[in-house]
Amino acid sequence: MSLEVDFRHVLGSFPLDVRFHADKGIQALFGPSGAGKTSIILAVAGLLKPRQGRIVLNGQVLFDSAAGIHLAPRLRRIATVFQDGRLFPHLNVRDNLFYGWKRNGRIVPMPQANGLIDLLGLAGLLDRRPGDLSGGERQRVALGRALLMGPRLILLDEPLSALDQARKQEILPYLEYLRDEAHIPMLYVSHALDEVIRLANRMILIDQGKVAAEGAVTELLSRLDLVGLTGRLEAGAVIDARLSVQHVDDGLSELAFPGGTLLVPMLKGALGKRVRLRIRARDVILALDRPTGISALNCLDGVIRDIRDDAEDGHLQVALDCGGITILSRITRRAGRLLALAPGKPIHAVIKSVNLERGRAE
Amino acid sequence: MLSLTQVEVDALLLSLRIAAVAVLLSLPLAFACAYLLARGRFPGRLLLDGLVHLPLVLPPVVMGYLLLVLFGTKGPIGGWLLETFNFRLIFNWTGAALAAGIVTFPFQVRAIRLALEAIDPGLEVAAETLGAGWFDRLLGITLPLSLPGVVAGAITAFAAALGEFGAIITFVSNIPGETRTLPLAIYTALQSPGGEQAAARLAALSIILALAGLLLSEIVARRLRRRMGR
Repeated sequence: MSLEVDFRHVLGSFPLDVRFHADKGIQALFGPSGAGKTSIILAVAGLLKPRQGRIVLNGQVLFDSAAGIHLAPRLRRIATVFQDGRLFPHLNVRDNLFYGWKRNGRIVPMPQANGLIDLLGLAGLLDRRPGDLSGGERQRVALGRALLMGPRLILLDEPLSALDQARKQEILPYLEYLRDEAHIPMLYVSHALDEVIRLANRMILIDQGKVAAEGAVTELLSRLDLVGLTGRLEAGAVIDARLSVQHVDDGLSELAFPGGTLLVPMLKGALGKRVRLRIRARDVILALDRPTGISALNCLDGVIRDIRDDAEDGHLQVALDCGGITILSRITRRAGRLLALAPGKPIHAVIKSVNLERGRAE
Repeated sequence: MLSLTQVEVDALLLSLRIAAVAVLLSLPLAFACAYLLARGRFPGRLLLDGLVHLPLVLPPVVMGYLLLVLFGTKGPIGGWLLETFNFRLIFNWTGAALAAGIVTFPFQVRAIRLALEAIDPGLEVAAETLGAGWFDRLLGITLPLSLPGVVAGAITAFAAALGEFGAIITFVSNIPGETRTLPLAIYTALQSPGGEQAAARLAALSIILALAGLLLSEIVARRLRRRMGR
């Protein structure tokens, strides 16, 4: 799959100038509310006609202002999952699920369609009306309806933002499964970083109608120049590690990554499983010498790569290189002065195990 | 006392027939008008809105007069109909149905328009992304979702059509068995000496019909709304 997006548009007095490409997996369109994320989704779906530009999916031109091409939304075979689900209230779950299936040449074979319905846990709800469903069930039906049309691309416009935390946790595993098993590319709009970290492979950072940066989630979140956009308080590095040892008696799992090993609260799963871990900058203590007599279990050896003054509150954002992997730390100016921190200086990063939250967990 | 006289039965059946034809024939046009007013953004939308509502504020006698001018045998449309199809609306029950249909048109348009405006436009957008064309969406999404309003509007218009007096008597006159509907029969009874009792019975009949219509409209709309999951 390849999606090339390159367009300019004006919404009211708000200019939109967007250029990015997306390929397989889940691509997150991340940015603050009102940055123009939804407009990008609408343009790809064909529901918004940009003033100028070009959108190409798998070599097929969906939109080209110069050539006067604007393919109707119904001919694009791009599914959209809306924030509010938009199930048809007068149709039961079955008719909702098969609405797009019937109108797209029934390209998803019936056994596979039934398999998806089972997978999403909808088999028992088929005769219900959307009005009788919970919020989580409704979004599962919306997801199923999108999948059953056999889409070339799925656009998800903050599909979880109307749900509470428990309902979110109910949907996330399905999305992870689709990412890993169904191989349908997705553009995922969100302003919730935890969702992006858990789901997305790549990230397209949108700010004020423009693409501020695009790249792997782990890469973008470790860039100090983007901390203002990815969230100052929540800033932190995201690393991909593998489950290497289970310390059952202590309730700990050991994860291995190129920068060393980390002990985290017990994770379920087989050894060797991939785990995405988020280490928040404010949870990382810096030490010149390897500390002893300390309760924190994790100490990574690294070298300071970059230090930035945070103009907003006067604290320092420090980027460390630990075996090629970037770890972020957030410290006060005074601490920076006392430790005489400077790029190139060897340093130790100390992290409490209990502070290591899982970014992605199955 | 409970059995109806032949005159009463004639007036009742004629009224029902005229009202039914009036509503059924104007319903598609009313839906189209309501759809245009609810969804359309075109020059002249305000004018259409005004035209649709005109029968609501115009004296029925004026409506009847206008119909007479347009659809009379010497009128531009009436003359053409007579020449081409040998079809005459005037002094005929079909003319009464036309008058009743036009006078009650605003009731239908208003109810349908309200129902259309209550539909989340996002649903049609969703249907579009799922591969549904314009007509497919109209038939599969918009029409069923607006059905409570369509039915409520049709029943209200039907009840109102049963009671139309001014436009009918002006346009197609008061002919027994042809254009003498219930209200015209009441009027006729009151004009004849000793007709008070006949008028009272017909009036009671009218009240029962009107009330039944309104109740029915409410019940059907409520049931449909529940079926639509709202």
